[in-house]
Order: sequence, then structure tokens, then C-alpha cells
Amino acid sequence: MSDDTMSVRNNGIEPSYLDFQGKFKGLLGWLLSTDHKRIGLLYLISLSLFLIVGVAFGFLMRLELIAPGRTIMDPQTYNSIFTLHGVIMIFLFVIPGLPAVFGNFFLPILIGAKDVAFPRINLLSWYLYVAGGLLAIIAILLPGGPADTGWTFYIPYSVRTGTNVMIALFAAFILGFSSILTGLNFVTTVHRLRAPGMTWFKMPLSIWSFYATAWIQVLATPIIGITLLLVGLERIFSIGIFDPALGGDPVLYQHLFWIYSHPAVYIMILPAMGVVSEIIPVFARRTIFGYKFIAMSSIAIALFGSLVWAHHMFTAGMSDTGQFVFSLLTMIVAIPSAIKVFNWVATLYKGSIELSTPMLYVLAFIFQFTIGGLTGVMQGVLTIDIMVHDTSFIVAHFHYVMFGGTGFGFFAALHYWYPKMFGKMYNRKLAKTSFWFMFVGFNTLYFPMFIMGWLGMPRRYYDYLPEFTSYHFISTIGSWIVVVAFILMFGNLIYSLLKGAKVTEKNYWGGETLEWQTDTPPIHENFKEIPTVSDTPYQYTQNQDEQLTLQTEEAK
Amino acid sequence: MSSNDHAAVHVHRDDVGARMGMWLFLFTELLLFGGMFILYSVYRYNNPDAFHLAAKELNTIIGTFNTAILLTSSLTMALSITAIQRNNKSLSIFFQLLTVVLALGFMVNKYFEWTAKFNHGIYPGGEQLLSRESGEILFFGLYYVMTGLHGLHVIIGIVLILVMTRFTAKGIIRQDSYVKLESAGLYWHLVDIIWIFLFPLFYLIT
Repeated sequence: MSDDTMSVRNNGIEPSYLDFQGKFKGLLGWLLSTDHKRIGLLYLISLSLFLIVGVAFGFLMRLELIAPGRTIMDPQTYNSIFTLHGVIMIFLFVIPGLPAVFGNFFLPILIGAKDVAFPRINLLSWYLYVAGGLLAIIAILLPGGPADTGWTFYIPYSVRTGTNVMIALFAAFILGFSSILTGLNFVTTVHRLRAPGMTWFKMPLSIWSFYATAWIQVLATPIIGITLLLVGLERIFSIGIFDPALGGDPVLYQHLFWIYSHPAVYIMILPAMGVVSEIIPVFARRTIFGYKFIAMSSIAIALFGSLVWAHHMFTAGMSDTGQFVFSLLTMIVAIPSAIKVFNWVATLYKGSIELSTPMLYVLAFIFQFTIGGLTGVMQGVLTIDIMVHDTSFIVAHFHYVMFGGTGFGFFAALHYWYPKMFGKMYNRKLAKTSFWFMFVGFNTLYFPMFIMGWLGMPRRYYDYLPEFTSYHFISTIGSWIVVVAFILMFGNLIYSLLKGAKVTEKNYWGGETLEWQTDTPPIHENFKEIPTVSDTPYQYTQNQDEQLTLQTEEAK
Repeated sequence: MSSNDHAAVHVHRDDVGARMGMWLFLFTELLLFGGMFILYSVYRYNNPDAFHLAAKELNTIIGTFNTAILLTSSLTMALSITAIQRNNKSLSIFFQLLTVVLALGFMVNKYFEWTAKFNHGIYPGGEQLLSRESGEILFFGLYYVMTGLHGLHVIIGIVLILVMTRFTAKGIIRQDSYVKLESAGLYWHLVDIIWIFLFPLFYLIT
């Protein structure tokens, strides 16, 4: 690849960021690069590795649950595996997820900047991420055994258990730091580095999402930092702050934990919503409906999402007033989410829809997120929550949001920006096939959990009553289909990196945002000249649509 | 593609952005301590008598002395920035080092205060402390964690200011480029302001 780009460079065209020669060469040129695009790819690689590990653990859990009683592992191993599945998926995949990969890569380009505000801090945040990830792995391998507390580290068990909770806590602490630095960087970048003419309401909608997410990262993450630190101190010094034996209150731990971890749920879903808002206009060939409402609903979600944490604790002991207020706030937070869904659907209406792979993932996102969101509102109802609390209904609900929402959003973004990032194209037919496997597998895997949870199947249990067998069986079959989908998807994407058709055109999908005005793949500092923005994004006109038709016909 | 190389491609300097980043970071610090202040308020509300008794045992004189030291160090920090703005490099370095000396003085006091308590068996897990009622255990638990975490920030601040002193000596921080020193100053004022809340909460309200 480098040989022919060398000749291109001699012709006076700048090399892409993939071939750019900085001070360091080879691998160091990547590991010490402060280029936001290279850091985005570093994140993509490391996140994908952890995703695979997390999927593997989930697969093993499901396999154990295919039949009642012991199938492939003992209960202690099962406890560790569901903890690791949770910790890895939450802290190492969905929380950093879209902002770290696509935010890093595309946020500066979408606002017409050369890089983020603090490139070196950006690189530091990747190193912290890797350090946290490695610590999590060390915690698995060291004697004492991996943590078995669940990803929530609830006290008092997390203080009493003899497993490697300390290292897992420290890993989560460091990952929090990484998340804070990313957030801080993005807020400053959006404030300071927008291209001339790009006023707030001319920003692409994904920027609004990343911006709102960044604020949550900055404001909520320190709380989990101090909370995990206190659990660690409790374990070493028995300071008593959360330990009931010494007068502390374990419910306070839960409050502090969810003061972060509920907003964190919005750290996970908001960027995916941004990507959806980005992709829909491109493949419906329409201006987005209700731009300002979608933009403001991101901020509203960030705001209200910070005030609903105690709905995770309706059964943990709380005053009636507290329950009422948190129940009400939980319902309110559904409004901005619904605003987004209605606006997306309204954008599709009378659009000229092209069912390419990113669009398929986006449509599946809307379908699954709506199910996940509405079941979430159900749990906000006090009477229902007491029924379904700690059942697999909850597990189904948050997987519909986290996997069916954020996960599918991630895959949509990956398939949408792939040609721009790598200058290669994947096999579009195979990509669609893998989408259908993913969609069918996902719903087969999680929908039965709604039913059996409603019927009383507790979550996290190693064993279950025989009447739940058929649901568990179907669910496990679903997990196999999902694994096949992952293999097809990653196989396709990785194979196409090496052997895929070369893409050189700037605007592969006929998008209207700034990334489609850069070279493919983008040059080192994105733009030869910083663009001037004069209009709102997503202005699709007939003229462009004709161009696009020509392009796609040529492609065929 | 290191920062040097990056700078060679285009010189990007944004003091407003740098300051904004620092303020955002300070927000995170405030929230970190904010979690502890919430715990303090809840436990104080639940155990008013025990907190009253335990707070009486802290040495208000050392506490006051330390407060004065920290406030003065914030002044010297601000003076060092003014000095560099007026292009007086050696005076700026002098004030920075004076800040460090005051900070060290604070830590020395803290050391004597803590060891005195340790000698009386009042430390987490200590026999004397465990024999008391749970409210007092919580008070001292919070006391050690909060002042300890604050002490950690003082140490980080000392290191940070020493780095700034080196930058000033090497001319990286100078009259027309002092945003680094300003940010370090902001951090130092945060350390100060957190102490200003810790001091009344632990020493004065009895």
C-alpha cells in the first residue's frame, strides 16, 4: 500500500492518515500518534478485542443455562463469568464504545477541525483505557479468582468476598479516568474548534449527541471514581463508611453507584442515537425532520438522565416520596427519547429509502430501542417494578437498549463510515446477510427473557425450575445465531481491509456532512483548507440525488 | 507524529481552550469530593451526637494554623502569576517555591496531627476507635478519607508547581505564554477551596 502512495505524494497530493509519515515510523507511528484518526483506530482495535471476549463470556453463560442444573461449569465459575461479561461489556465496550472510536475519528472532521483540542490527552486516555483493560484481565488470571460480585460491586458482598475485587475496582477506576479525559476533550473541542460559520444549530446531530455525552462523562464519572475508591478503602482499612457492621449504610453505596451508573446508561445510548440521526437522512435522501428537537432532546436526556438513578433501587428501601419522585422523573426521561424516535420516523416518511447495511442496522435500532425503551418505562411504574425487579425481564430490557440499541448503532456506524475510514469497501451482500443473522439472533436470544422474567425467572441465577427450560433453550439457540453473525460481520470487515474493493471517491454514500468532503481516507490533518460552513446539515436537493443515482448505477 | 512534529505542521495554541479544559477538570475534582460531602451530610444527619463528640477531639488550633497556611499559599501562587505577567521571572520562581514551602508546612502539620491520633488508637480498625459507637467510627472514617484525599491533592499540587518552576526557569512559561502556570494556579486554588470546606465541617461545627 505504501509504495503507490509514495508516488502519489510525489505528485503533490497529500498522503492519507494511514500512510502519513510522522516523527516515528511503523508501529510506534501508531502507538505514539496524537492524530485523532489513528487514536480512533487504536480504540476500534482494542474495543473489538474486548467485545469478542465479552461475547465469548456471554456465549458460555447462555450455554450453561441451556438446561437446568450443571451443564458445563460450576456455580462459582458462572458467577465470575457473568461478572466478567458485565464488567467487560459495560466498562470496556459500551461506555467507551461510540465516542472513543467514532467520536475520536469523526468529531473533529464533522466540525471542520484538524484535531481535538488536546491531542496528547487524547492519546493518554487510550493508554489509560488499555491499562484498565489489562488490569481487568490480570484480575481474571491471578490466584484468588476473578471477581464474582456482578458489575455493580454491591456492598457488603464486595467487601467480604475473597476474589480479586480490588484489581477489578482499580481497573474500573482507571477506565473512568480515561472516560473523563475523552469527555473533557470533546467538550472543549466542540466549543473551540468548530469551523468558521458552523454555529451551534448548524452542527451535525451526532455532534450534539457526543457533546451531551461528553458532559455526562465529565460530571458523572467522578462519582463512580470516589465510590469505587471507598469500596477499596473499605476492603483495606475497614473505614466503615459503607459497612453496616461499623455503622455504614450499604444503601448509600447503591445511591452513589447509580448516581453515576444511570447517567452512564445515557453515555452508552446517546452517541448511538447521534449516529442514527446522521445515517437516516443520508439513506432516506431527506432533510432530517425536527433538527432542533433532536438536538435539544440530547441535552434533555443528559439532564433528566442524571436525576433518575434511584429507580434502580425501588426494592432496596426508600421513602414513598422518594419512590414517587424517581418514578415520575423516569417517565419524564422517556419523553426526549420518544421525540427522537418520532422525528426519525417522520424523516423516513416519504423519503426515498435505500436499504443499505447501515440503514438496516439503524432501522433495527429504532425497532429494538423502542421495545427496550418502552419496557424501561414499564419498570418505572412502581407496582410493576416490584414484580419484575431482579428478574430476567430486566436483563432483556437493558440488552434491548445496550445491545439492540448501542450495539446496533455501533455496527451501523462501522458499516457507514468504513469506506471513509479505510478507503476500502466491504462485501455489501455479505454485510446484509450478517445483519439478518444479527437481527434474528438478537431477538431470539433476548425476547424469551422478557417472557420468562415476567413469569418469575430471577436474573443471575445459575439454576432454574424446569418450567423455564424451553425459554432458556430458545434463548441459547439465539446466542449461537448471534455468534455466527459476529463471525460473518468481522470476517467480512477484516477480509475487506486486505482484499476489499478500493474506494477513492470522497462521497461514497452521498452524504451532506463535512467528512464526505475530505479525501478518502482523510489526509493527516483532515482538510487542506478549513471549510467554511454556511448552511444547516442534511440539505438534500434533487440535483444531488440525481448525482447519487448516477454513482450507484456506475457502482453496479 | 509526536507533538513536536505536530507543531511543525501547524502551530496550534489556544489559551482559552486550555483554560476551559482545566475548568472542566476542576469540575470533576469538585464532584469527586462532592460524593464525599454527600456521605458526610447523610451521616452527620443520622448521627448528630456522635459527630458532635468526635469533632471536639480534633485540634482546632492546628486546623486553624493549617487554614492560614493554605490561604497564604494561594496568595503566593497568585503573586507568582502576576510576577510572570510583569516579566519578572526570578520573582515568579521565588513565589512558586514559597508556595511549595507552605504546602510542605501544611503536610508536616497534617503528619503530626494524624500520628497524634494514631497514638491514641484512633484510626480505622484501631481498638480505641472500634470500642466507640458507630457514629464516631463513621466520623473518623470520613475524616481520614477526606483529609487523606485532600492531602494527596496537596502532594500532587506540590509536584505540579515544581514542574511549573522548572518550566519558568527554562523559559517555557514566560510573559506571553503563561497558561500552564495559570492552570496550575487554578488547581492550587481548588485544593485550597476544598480545605476551606473541610475545615469547618470537621473542626469548627461541633
